[in-house]
Amino acid sequence: MKNKKTHGGLGQLTIPIIALALLVLFNVVRDLIFIYYFKDPNYVSFFSIEFTRNNLDNTVLAGNLISIINGASELAILAMGMTLVTAACGGQDISVGAAAAIAGSVFVKVLKSSSSINGGTVAIAFVSACIVAMLFGSFNGTLVAVFKIQPMIATLILYTCGRSIAYWINGGATPTVNSPIITAIGSFIPGIPIPTPVLIVIAVSLLFKLIFKFTSLELFTQSVGINGSAARLNGINSTFIKLLSFIILGVCVAFSGTIGVSRLGLINHETLLLDIEMDTILAVAIGGNSLGGGKFKIGGSIIGAYVIQMLTITLYAMKVSSTDVKAYKAIVIVLLVVLGSPVVKAKFEKVLSYLGLNRQSISTKGAQ
Amino acid sequence: MENCLLKMRHIEKRFPGVLALNNVDFTLRKGEIHALMGENGAGKSTLIKILTGVYQMDAGEITVEDTAVSIRSPQDAQNKGISTVYQEITLCPNLTVAENMFIGREGGNWVRHTEDEKRADEILKLLGIPARSTQQLGSCSLAVQQMVAIARAVDQNCKVLILDEPTSSLDDKEVKMLFDLMRDLKSKGVGIIFVTHFLEQVYEVSDRITVLRNGELVGEYLVEDLPQVELVSKMIGKELDELSTLKESDEEDISKKEVLYEAKSLSSSEAEPFDFTIHKGEVNGFTGLLGSGRSESVRAIFGADKVTGGNVTIKGKNAKITRPIDAMKHGIGYLSEDRKRDGIIAELSVRENIMLALQVMNGFFKPISRSESEAFADEYIKVLNIKTASRETPVGSLSGGNQQKVILARWLLTHPDYLILDEPTRGIDVGTKLEIQKLVLKLAEEGVSVTFISSEVEEMLRTCSRLIVMRDRHIVGELTGKDLNQAQVMKTIAGGEA
Amino acid sequence: MKKFRALLLVVVLVISSVLCACGGKSGGNIKVGVVNNPPSESGYREANVKDMEKVFSAENGYDLKTFYSLKNDEQLQAAQGFITEGVDYLLISAAETTGWDDVLKKAKEAGIKVYLFDRMINVDESLYEAAVVSDMAKEGETAVKWLLDQNLPEYNVIHIQGAMGSDAQIGRTGALDEQFASGKMKKVVQQTATWDEAEAKKIVESVINSGEDFNVIYAENDGMAKGAVAALDEAGITHGVDGKVIVMGFDCNKWALRELLSGAWNYDGQCSPFQAQIISDLIKGNKTTSTKKIINEEKGFDATTLTQSDIDTYGLGD
Repeated sequence: MKNKKTHGGLGQLTIPIIALALLVLFNVVRDLIFIYYFKDPNYVSFFSIEFTRNNLDNTVLAGNLISIINGASELAILAMGMTLVTAACGGQDISVGAAAAIAGSVFVKVLKSSSSINGGTVAIAFVSACIVAMLFGSFNGTLVAVFKIQPMIATLILYTCGRSIAYWINGGATPTVNSPIITAIGSFIPGIPIPTPVLIVIAVSLLFKLIFKFTSLELFTQSVGINGSAARLNGINSTFIKLLSFIILGVCVAFSGTIGVSRLGLINHETLLLDIEMDTILAVAIGGNSLGGGKFKIGGSIIGAYVIQMLTITLYAMKVSSTDVKAYKAIVIVLLVVLGSPVVKAKFEKVLSYLGLNRQSISTKGAQ
Repeated sequence: MENCLLKMRHIEKRFPGVLALNNVDFTLRKGEIHALMGENGAGKSTLIKILTGVYQMDAGEITVEDTAVSIRSPQDAQNKGISTVYQEITLCPNLTVAENMFIGREGGNWVRHTEDEKRADEILKLLGIPARSTQQLGSCSLAVQQMVAIARAVDQNCKVLILDEPTSSLDDKEVKMLFDLMRDLKSKGVGIIFVTHFLEQVYEVSDRITVLRNGELVGEYLVEDLPQVELVSKMIGKELDELSTLKESDEEDISKKEVLYEAKSLSSSEAEPFDFTIHKGEVNGFTGLLGSGRSESVRAIFGADKVTGGNVTIKGKNAKITRPIDAMKHGIGYLSEDRKRDGIIAELSVRENIMLALQVMNGFFKPISRSESEAFADEYIKVLNIKTASRETPVGSLSGGNQQKVILARWLLTHPDYLILDEPTRGIDVGTKLEIQKLVLKLAEEGVSVTFISSEVEEMLRTCSRLIVMRDRHIVGELTGKDLNQAQVMKTIAGGEA
Repeated sequence: MKKFRALLLVVVLVISSVLCACGGKSGGNIKVGVVNNPPSESGYREANVKDMEKVFSAENGYDLKTFYSLKNDEQLQAAQGFITEGVDYLLISAAETTGWDDVLKKAKEAGIKVYLFDRMINVDESLYEAAVVSDMAKEGETAVKWLLDQNLPEYNVIHIQGAMGSDAQIGRTGALDEQFASGKMKKVVQQTATWDEAEAKKIVESVINSGEDFNVIYAENDGMAKGAVAALDEAGITHGVDGKVIVMGFDCNKWALRELLSGAWNYDGQCSPFQAQIISDLIKGNKTTSTKKIINEEKGFDATTLTQSDIDTYGLGD
């Protein structure tokens, strides 16, 4: 009994993992149909991964799976921060896309105004982007934590004007920055076959892991999100916790904006990470986190981000028109969210327990 | 048994890790008040939740007026004439009284404002409930909220009325009013299931008693056949200590000990200015009617509400307490009156709930390690005899009494010099009440000062060496020594010559 | 808000007319009022606005007044203001094609000559002198004609579209669709990336991952072409002059033309934002027109013939 976790039959990560598994299964079936039924000799498996040499003569990994984990990087990073905001405030920040456009613009602005692009200036540019994103984060956070405005309403302000602000920073055209360092950030570092954005996602998730290990952020955030009144009476400064969640999200925004800009060495304030806020919120939801705040699992949100990206890439691989992709996505997401709803979960657990699959032994009372 | 209203036979219910009900029978006749008794975790609440369709039973059968029924949801239960008022208030505080009385009932989901409000006012008047139909429920006192919940159930033409701890937040006058109402309903043929921890109330109003223990049926008795002492021993399964021997009668004069905490004209947004002193190792209590300001005063001590004035010294040094964290840093712990709203973090585990206050005091950057927190949790689960499937069980799934113990453990873990317990025994069973009282006295012996508040004066008389009596938000008297008896307390509360 | 802005507008116009009355008359310059969309709308608009300011400058004998808005009603109010103020010429690029009859009639009564630029308005031809506009379809035709001139043995095209339904997308898609229909070119994939660079990269990536063969990327703006090229680079597929894949973009941003110059891309088409000189010539009588509608010449640049001075002259942005 000692170390056994005795939560219900279904953990929080069940739904995102099932979703991922279903997508994999779907593609396996599709592969088999093409290979054995149509006997298409030119067909390349959805899962094939191969080494290629890119135009800068580096050996790099390529394939759909790489495209998925690479393409989902900005989304995964934002989802981590969004999970924290959701847990603490019971609401979501819908301005992350606009804020990332600002952060990206600042990044480009600093690079353009420095005489040369080298490791130092890129670092300065990133730190500047970080500071600006954290400032906008604390603006949102103040509205939510101090003035008690609902998060969606509070962040609607930046959502509306954020891309205009991004425009003011650099002016109208789409400024470009060309440098091997920028390419290395957005694409591949010479000698490393894994896309750099993926490495950045790993770094950011390790950062979160460290924060959770060396601070009480997780416990305090959950307490504030579940029962703010009780948290206050236990001495937790909930204003600070909420504000902090927005500032941390600001750092995530800076990472995402920088990756987004570096991928192409170009900032388009109108399209950079457009509509990503909704995908981010979805990733959090698919990850099994309650959008009403409280308990959370960052890992769930990351898987959620990959689920969304895998869905998109699968549809692209099937040549579904990208205007239709959104409709298909909506269908799948409705299914996922319903599958993860407490009603379905309860029914499912009941079925499990009838089948005798429930992990707990039905025994006498616990700790007499 | 031609007057048999409700029969439950061989009821069984499992939860992960716990067999909550095992082969339980229960019978309710027309026009009777039937008390359902048992310690916390005995299965009373589970049985009632099955009856009201909140839970589905795993085995057994239910018949209403000799017709077998299956109850699929609370709405279903209501349609079959089974209405309930729960232990914790489950209405919506942000809706009006009328809306709370009529929402979700047959006749559609539309609230017909004027009609409903008129009808609500009639019922409230009939039952003598001091509330207006258009008032926001949250603005009423807990007692009135409870009564509105009863009014809602009464208005549903129910055959079976379940009252789950209806009196735990009512004062004597309100309790009497409720009992009158219950007798009235009984004479009209309604069967009432009465769940309470107040033994005296059981004997005052009930006809029959069914006792559960550890999810099993102990027996069904007529009230006349079961003396109070026997009832208690059946509930806890052993002979009960004589309660009155709890406190040593000839204790040393506590006022000679050093003063731990002293407040001069302390006031908050909710509390009028008052003076207050507590010595090291002293147990004192605030008493008074609901709304007399007793909870507000102790909240001011802890900085739970906005402190507006006063001087506080702790161990002879000036102390500034404006927020709960200040109080905690001065060694004060506070268990609040409303466990659900201000106490537990329901979805977090027993372990996390226990470590919370200590973690806050340690600070943001010094997290308690997993293994350490597990050790703490295991220790207090054992010391306080907390019944939980494991230390990782969400605290919200524990019974009320065990939740209360978890919060007690949370504060004990901070090793406070001064512990404020506001209604720690509310809504919990007699065995746990006794454990908590014993714990309070043990803490005092170890030199911890305790302020203890309870609606049951008798309980406070057993534990406190000094009682501070409040009326209309002011302190009207302090009782010690010989004056510590029920009659004197009542007299002081009532005021004047009475 | 709207009222407030309208009020502000009136105040600004009054003040500027007073200033005008003091200083303007003595110069005897031609007074031109321009109603346009704001430069922040796009790189195209920014170039368009700059061009207007350059051509209708004081040195060229003009007295220029401008108003920028994305909203038709605000534009209408501004035009009304210019008429009241008494400009000589009114130049309009309207946000919407309808609602302009009354204002243009008033202008005619007041003897003010109206030129439309960039966008047509649904009014009787008699209400304006001339309309200098782009023909988006012609842009597509020019590009596709260039592509056919390359005489490739086969055409396997990845077609990345802009936001569906926009003028630019419809114009740039039309000519290519004809080729797909006639079977002269093979459609490997046709997807919209809604002008989003990153999305364009994902689309090309998924084609590469599926192992399908292609030798042309036709992206409906520069940004999306850049996204597509990033995918090629990562997969080690050569492109541009001497490369395996022909890369085509639109808009002629300066940075995109530099890609052409370096040989990384092959073709860039332009929807010309430069209408000011034509209008100026018409005003000054240097040029006459037989039709009311003047189609602005669209340029298409080939990497092999592009020069630095083309970039300086025709490139947008910096």
